[in-house]
This record gives sequence, C-alpha cells and structure tokens, in this order.
Amino acid sequence: MTLQADRRTFLKASAAVGGGLALEFSFPALAKPQAKAAATEVNAWIVIHPDDRVAIRIARSEMGQGTYTALAQLVAEELDCDWNKVSAEFASPNEHVRRKRIWGSMSTGGSQGVRSSQDYVRKAGASARQMLVAAAAAQWKVPAAECSVEKGVIIHGPSKRRLRYGQVATAAAKLEPPKDVKLRDPKDWKIAGKPIKRLDIPDKVLGKPVFGTDVNLPGLLHASIAQCPVFGGKVKSVDSAEAETMRGVKKIVREADFVAVVADNWWRANEALKKVKVDWDFGANANVSDETIFKMLRDGLAEPKLAEARKVGDASAAMAGAAKVIEAEYASPYLNHATMEPQVCTAWIKPDGFVEVWTSTQNAEASLAAAAETAGVPLEKVEVHKAMLGGGFGRRGAPQDFVKQGVAIAKQMPGTPVKMMWSREEDMQHGYYRPASVVRMKAGLDAAGNIVAFEAKIACPSILALLRPEAIQKGIDFSAVRSLNDMPYQIANQQVDYAMKNPHVPVGFWRAPGLQNAMYRECFIDELAAAAGKDPLDYRLAMLKPGDKNRLVLEAAAKTAGWGTPLPAGVFRGLAVADGFGSFTAGVAEVSVKPDGTLKIHRFVMAIDSGHVVNPDTCAAQAESNVVYGIGSLYQSNTIRNGRVVERNFQDFVLPEISEMPKVETVLVPTGGFWGGHGEPGILSFAPAVLNAVAQATGKRVRTLPIKPGDLKKA
Amino acid sequence: MVKLTVNGRVHNLNVEPEMPLLWALRDELKLMGTKYGCGIAQCGACTVHVDGEPVRACRAKVADVVGKKILTIEGLSKPGLHRIQKAWIEHEVPQCGYCQTGMMMAAAALLEKKPKPTDADIDEAMTNLCRCGTYARVRKAIHAAAGQPAGKKA
Repeated sequence: MTLQADRRTFLKASAAVGGGLALEFSFPALAKPQAKAAATEVNAWIVIHPDDRVAIRIARSEMGQGTYTALAQLVAEELDCDWNKVSAEFASPNEHVRRKRIWGSMSTGGSQGVRSSQDYVRKAGASARQMLVAAAAAQWKVPAAECSVEKGVIIHGPSKRRLRYGQVATAAAKLEPPKDVKLRDPKDWKIAGKPIKRLDIPDKVLGKPVFGTDVNLPGLLHASIAQCPVFGGKVKSVDSAEAETMRGVKKIVREADFVAVVADNWWRANEALKKVKVDWDFGANANVSDETIFKMLRDGLAEPKLAEARKVGDASAAMAGAAKVIEAEYASPYLNHATMEPQVCTAWIKPDGFVEVWTSTQNAEASLAAAAETAGVPLEKVEVHKAMLGGGFGRRGAPQDFVKQGVAIAKQMPGTPVKMMWSREEDMQHGYYRPASVVRMKAGLDAAGNIVAFEAKIACPSILALLRPEAIQKGIDFSAVRSLNDMPYQIANQQVDYAMKNPHVPVGFWRAPGLQNAMYRECFIDELAAAAGKDPLDYRLAMLKPGDKNRLVLEAAAKTAGWGTPLPAGVFRGLAVADGFGSFTAGVAEVSVKPDGTLKIHRFVMAIDSGHVVNPDTCAAQAESNVVYGIGSLYQSNTIRNGRVVERNFQDFVLPEISEMPKVETVLVPTGGFWGGHGEPGILSFAPAVLNAVAQATGKRVRTLPIKPGDLKKA
Repeated sequence: MVKLTVNGRVHNLNVEPEMPLLWALRDELKLMGTKYGCGIAQCGACTVHVDGEPVRACRAKVADVVGKKILTIEGLSKPGLHRIQKAWIEHEVPQCGYCQTGMMMAAAALLEKKPKPTDADIDEAMTNLCRCGTYARVRKAIHAAAGQPAGKKA
C-alpha cells in the first residue's frame, strides 16, 4: 500500500465523520479538499498535482513568525520545484497520530519551528526529488544520473526530453524512498535564504476566516467563560436564574473551576455570563499579593541552601580578595502574553463519538491529547483543525487550558458545535504569566576593574514545575537560570544559585523564557563597566573569547550603530549582548529622556547570528516584533492583589502604539554551520540595551520593572 | 428587525438594538474579517467604516448605525484589492494578522481624509494596537499607498 492510498483512506474516513462541511472554512488545511483526490502524495510532506502544483505539509504552527513559509521554502529548495506553484497546508494531527507521528514534532515554541525540523523537511524534499527523477528516468529507460531538474521539470540531458513533476508523481510515489540523500549547500540555495513573500499574508489581508475565532459551522453556538478570579479557586454555587431567561441563551455550563454560558451569539453569551452569580471557593490564596509574592522571593534568596546552577572556581574566596565589590538587586513583574486573539476553542462531539476541534494552538498534538483526555476518547477519535494563530508568544503551547474547557463545554452539548472564546478580561486575568523574579548579583573587581568573581542568586517561580516537571534537574529550572549560569564572559570564579519559589500564580513560556536574566546581567555588566571606568563595549569585548559569536554580533551591532560616534544633543546609547534559542544577538539602543521623564527610543540596531537564514525579510520582521514586545515589557505589569490579577484589559495593560516605534535596523550576520531561531532571541538584548542607554541619559539605573511614570524624571 | 447596510447590501436582522455592531457582523452576518480584541474600543481590531468614518464596531450599537453605510474588510476589497491592501501585501505588513483588518480599515479611512499623510498624521490616526509589532511596516505601507515611497516626515 502506498502512502497515497493511506491518505485517501483518511480523506474518506474524515468525509464520513463530517468532512462534507469542510468547504465552510478558509482554513488552509481545509481549503482544497476537492483537488486532493487527483493529487499524489509523493511522501508525507509533499503532494503533487497533475498540473504541477505542489502542496507542502507544515507540521508547526503559524503565529506570525513566518515558519509556515520558511519550512515550505526549505522543502521546495531541495525538491527543486517551481515556487510559483507551491502552496502550504497544515498536516492533519489526527492523521499524524494514526501514521505514528510521521511529521515529527508539531510543537511550535522555543524558536524551534525551523531549526529543529530543517533537517528532516529538507531531506523529505531531496528524497522526493530523487524519486521523481528516478520515475522519469525509468520511463525513458535512461540512467537517472543523466537527468537534471529545473523548476519542477526533469530534463534528460542527452536527448533533451522533458517530463514535468505532475506527470511522474504517481509513478514516483510507488518507488522505494532513497536511504540517504545529499542536502544542498546553503550557498547554492535559490528558494531558501531569499526574502520570499509569505504564503499566509494574502488571505490575512483579505480578511478571510483563517483564525481560531473565525470558525463557522451550521448550528454553531457560542460560549463565554468565567473562571475563579483567584487562581486555583473552585465553583461553590451558581445562581443562573436571570441569565437563563436572557435572549439566545441555550445552556449554563458549570464545571469544577469555571462557569460558561452557551448562546446563539457570543455577545449574548457574554452579557448573560455577567448576570450569572457565582459563589467561588477562593481556596488558600485569596490574600496573596505582590507584597507577599516578592517577600516570598526575597526570603528565598536568604535561604542557606539553594540549588546550585553554576560553580566555576571559588567565587567567595575571590570576592574576599577583590579590590572593589559591587552589589545590586534587580526585579521584574508578572507579564501576560496578551495575544490579540483571545484564547479560543471550537469543539464538536459528533453522534458517533468523534471529536472535532478547531483552535489556535502552538502545539496541535498537545491540543489533540487534551481534547481526547477531556472527551474520554482515544486519540484516533479526535481531529484538531489547526487555525492560524492571532499571536502566540508561548501562551498557546503547553497549557492547553482552553482546549480542555472547549471540549468540556461541548460535552455538555453533544452533537452541537460550540465555539468558546474568552473575553479580553478573562484572557488578561487567566494567563500563564512571565514569572516575576528577583535576582541579586555581586561582583568583585580587581584594581584594574576586571571581574574576578561573580555571584548571582535567583528567585523565580518555575515554569517547568507547573508545565513540565519532569524537565527539572537537581532543583534547577533551566529557564529560570539561563543567561546567568551560561555567561559567555570569561570570569574565573562564578557562583549562581537558584531559589525555586512557586506562588499560586500560573507561569508560562513567555517569548524568550528567562529573558529577565539577560536584562539583569547586561545591566549589571554596565554598572560594573561604569565602576571600572571602562567603555561598556570595550569592557564586554575584553571578557569574550576570540571567535565567540557573542563577540561577533556585538561588534556588528556596534559598528552599524556607530558606537562611540557623536549623537544629537540629548540622545544617548546603550548596548547589550545575549545568546539564546540557538542564536546570538546584540542590540544598540538610542534613547532620549525628557525632563518630565518621558522615554523615547529613537533607534534600535539588532545584530543576529542564527547560523543560517531561511527568509531574511521574515527575520527582520521578527527583530521588529521583538523590539515592540520589548517596549511593552518596560512598562507593563500584572499586579497581584487578593490572589488575583488586577489589570483587566488594554486600558491598564497598555500596549505600545505606532508612535513609539523606533527605527529598527536588523543586521543579519549568519556565520553558517548551525541553525538558530529568530522568534525570541532578538528580545534578549532589547530591554538591557535600552536601560543602559537610559542610565547614560539620566544617571539613573533602573533595576526594577516596570518603569512607572515619573521614574525617569530629572531630580 | 433592524436594517443594516453592509458592503452595499441591505440585511434585515432580528437583533437587539443595543447589540454591538461587531457581533451583528460576526455572529449574525458571518463576516469574520472584523475582529474582537478588547470590547472596549481600545485596540481597534474591530475597525469598520460607518459613512466613511473609522468606527470601533465593538462599541457601536446596531441602533446607532441603522441607515448608515457600513463597510468592512470584506467590502474594502471589492471590486478589486484596495490600494491599502496592495501595499500591505507588497510590504509584507502582517505577522499574525489578527489586528490587520482593523489596521487596514483605519489606514484606508486616513487616506480618504489625508491623501498624503505625514508621519504625525499617521501617529494620530493609527491608534490600532498590534502585539506582533508591525508598526514600522504599517507606516511604510501607508506612505506607499499614498504614493510617498520614501516616507514623509512631519
């Protein structure tokens, strides 16, 4: 049996369970079912139509980072097809389960989308190319070595005969895939490495229904949800008498930890929800506040025995012998991802028990597992239709809370599809927040100002403890200690310790988890440079080994920014360097601070070495994105009072506006030989470069975020 | 029954007069291009035109737009792509894209009023929020659609 037959079986099976409704959507995965019957699956990643159109299957999610297009570029590069005939479609998670995870990981986080699938997707392209050429050669009865390929056309050199991919795809699919394939040297790339236009943009510009919130089905009902304001609280009792009488209301759903109203229009559901009186059991955390949380973190720092995250040399002895000792405490608040599209999940329990889910997810396999578990059915009885994500930033990966809720609601409405969407207020107050943290650093300098000893004590809630406890090693959550326990700086004596303190506030992977440490470290290095009377760039370079890619990006950013050259009056520079998520980045910020304390970021130069670059325009867009996300992080916070988040919406969790956008210059310096990410690394150097520039501008060292109005006012 | 004129078509809707226009568009007329982002007229993801003016549909009651001409992203592209949409594609503006339909509606309205907007005009008119950070490209695409390829400083 060929894979193609398997695919057809699947299509028949899905039609039998309701695939006939597929034409209701514009979701990429569902947009072209009618054409599939005539197309051939050459391998799991590549479907070729008789007219040479090539559909490339994408296993990772698309949330604006461009992975959908970049992966298609990598496959198309090795396949040697005509890019103008390429489309992308999401691989089916249900088929993925039944085909023994043939598409590898579907998880889309940690800037892994391209870098951890590039090898096997390129091999899929190269393998299919070889099979297509072999099929043509067999038809011509010539050696394959005499054939070449130009944009999806196979040419037999000696006879000049030509066959198109569409003509030989069916024969090629029947061949045994090659055991080993040779991948193209990136310097020979024609499709990968180019600023090709993203495949998902035209539909988004037309306003086509591509997002999880855009699902539309016959008989679809809508749900709005209320969870206990205090994290972890439970429903004690519900009085829904008034809500039940309201127009359009179909059902009040009560679960252990949430209440939802199902209605025929989301606004009606949400209005009725406001009239539901819920008596909550707040549990043990109703008195927790920022004060108690930061006390817990600082008390953690004072504990005698902490988990050791790094030990080099003897920091305490070297500290004792230092000419000068500098100490500082840095802190930052909880932060919501605040994706523009709130959490959303449509679920439909079919009469035969099959469960269909449509959602905006960073991990469709996790969504499928969550749906199956909640519905109480085997994995094979669930399909997850992957939508485009209205932002992700880490919110839509590990937790899958929204899928569990969506399916739980649908279970109470068997046979009826229900789209559950959170209100913005619910989304703001029920996130998986970037952890609040407190870090104390201490450095010993010798008489020349060189760092001879470095100590850091980190108190930070553990993301892994909540979401992946099996990944904790010897009491260390790597995401809580990174950038401090893996410094590129050559310092002979280092001691880094971690106090894992886990308040009840849920924490999660927020764009570049652990980035607070990069900020603390790079700001503290500037403090030390100042104490040593050294230029911040020279001070860093002196501690970076020759050939270190941190050094390369730092020099690239400094050169582009004109580090050390005069600036307009009132404008000051700051810089920072950090590596993470497979890449190396450095930034130079140019800022000014008005006498009233208003901060203006004029320019940001960001240099990145990601080894290879698959789409330079998308990488530049990610650099711009990291800058804007970083600007928000300077003044946003989620405050905890009475066990709950205080902020409710965008009026008190303020997002940067267009007027705050600085000129961003992205300097791509790929040195080859490795594959780094782009979705997150850029943000690592942003906040510290800006705060270092602010210190130059004001003489004030910001050590605690958020920056509040007036903080930067001239004294 | 309320009568709404959306993208040149008249619809009779059996909805409450206080229903926000956003939810009449999305859940009654199934026009999904207009997005919910905040419900409090902060983010602008729901921006549509009402008699040519950019309006946040999450706070406009259906009763207040009866008899007015409502234009959504689905109507903006008819008969062909609007020059704003062409510029958005040319300059690869969207990332996730969720806020972009509202962003484009706001930009199209701006160009109607100010065919050659300055950067200051853009700052004032484009109050839409984008979490992905597309602002530099939004500005560039507006200038391009206005025939100001190099961008015009205020």
